Amino acid sequence: MIPTRPGLVRQIVAVIHKDLLVEWRGQARLLAMGTYAVTLLLLFSFAVGPDTKTLQQHAAGYVWLALLSASTMTLTQSFRVETEAGALEALLMLPVDHRAIYFGKALANTALLVVLACLVMPVAAVLFDLSAAEGLYWLLPPIVLGAAGLAGPGTLYAALTARVAAQQLMLPLLLFPLIVPALVAAVKSTSLVLQGDPMGQMSSWLIVLASFDLIFWSLSGLLFAKVVEE
Amino acid sequence: MEPSAVETSALGRRYGRRWALARVNLQVARGERLLIAGANGSGKSTLLRVLASLLAPSIGSARVFGHDVATEPSAVRARVALLTYTPGVYEDLSARENLRAQLRLLGRDDAPEALLERVGLELRDDPVRGYSAGMRKRLSFARLLMQRPDLALLDEPYGQLDPEGFKMVDGLVAELSQAGATVIMASHMVERAGALCDRGVLIDQGQVRWEGPGPQTARAWDAAHGGGR
Repeated sequence: MIPTRPGLVRQIVAVIHKDLLVEWRGQARLLAMGTYAVTLLLLFSFAVGPDTKTLQQHAAGYVWLALLSASTMTLTQSFRVETEAGALEALLMLPVDHRAIYFGKALANTALLVVLACLVMPVAAVLFDLSAAEGLYWLLPPIVLGAAGLAGPGTLYAALTARVAAQQLMLPLLLFPLIVPALVAAVKSTSLVLQGDPMGQMSSWLIVLASFDLIFWSLSGLLFAKVVEE
Repeated sequence: MEPSAVETSALGRRYGRRWALARVNLQVARGERLLIAGANGSGKSTLLRVLASLLAPSIGSARVFGHDVATEPSAVRARVALLTYTPGVYEDLSARENLRAQLRLLGRDDAPEALLERVGLELRDDPVRGYSAGMRKRLSFARLLMQRPDLALLDEPYGQLDPEGFKMVDGLVAELSQAGATVIMASHMVERAGALCDRGVLIDQGQVRWEGPGPQTARAWDAAHGGGR
């Protein structure tokens, strides 16, 4: 009997649900990731010293460096759980669209990074004295688009390096040069929210981020099948 | 006329310079139970993985229900389930959660409890990470049954199981067969598996060396290997 396949969106939702459940069950990993990001912020804060103005000026950069470093843990982990007991192979053996696996995993990784950013931002606000910043809800667009900029190509490269022994080393080597435009745009737009935007540049940087995401999510979605198949 | 369940023609697969399969010609009728026997590294697992479309042939062709494994993997996978030595599960999830996640991917919302009971697993909520090898194997069987395959590819189905587990495998193979599925199993338990199968083949160095009735496979193996099983 040939089974009927659920639609692409339902498959994507099923992959997101599965990935987030796996992450939720492995809560120690989430905690480790959050602790790592907060520790980095603390180190930046101590390295610069009690110069409040400098800390405020560079706060966006420090936050995104912490998120970038922690993102390699998230991305590596998202494929380690797939390969440690052959789950990815079992997943590929199901009549599931490869695009659903990619977009589901990339969206789950984006959600995890957004959650991480939401945990890190209050710590950054205290450490870098960001209490004067207004309209902090405007941080959401750069955080979501920036997290997607890391997670989109990051999920593809994590799949590519999943069977490599030195994955923790290979992933940043491949990924970091590629995501420089997204990172620059995320830092600039976050900084404009924290420092104020008298010239109205915010929308331009968000367009850069959104364009980056659109291009790399589309390309990665197309390439994912080639990467995970033999 | 309906195509055979499996049809390979001069099928070959190599890893680097070593040929794991060399010119294998095999035809398996729908509903047939076939045992593939052979020593370690003889090419049994590679053959099953090629038929599951997880490995592409290096030469020749393999068709499953008329679909080419290299060019139509989606059509093949829609009808095939593969049991391997890895359980294919998420270690941090419970058995129930693992099955439920996969059922959701198939667009189904049936309860996984019946499947777990069928393979003799208790309905526990602890993660699979703490399971023994035998329990993982039983969970792999539950996953295979969940797929309701037309072709079940079983790589060492008796591996890691206790004697009760052996009986469970025998029962599941009979059940799959009664449901109309074709079963191809690779096993070192030649006598037990041979008695279950309609036909057996002996593979050595990637080539089919003997083909005959399933129950005679053990004798053919003994003749080829001087009784060492």
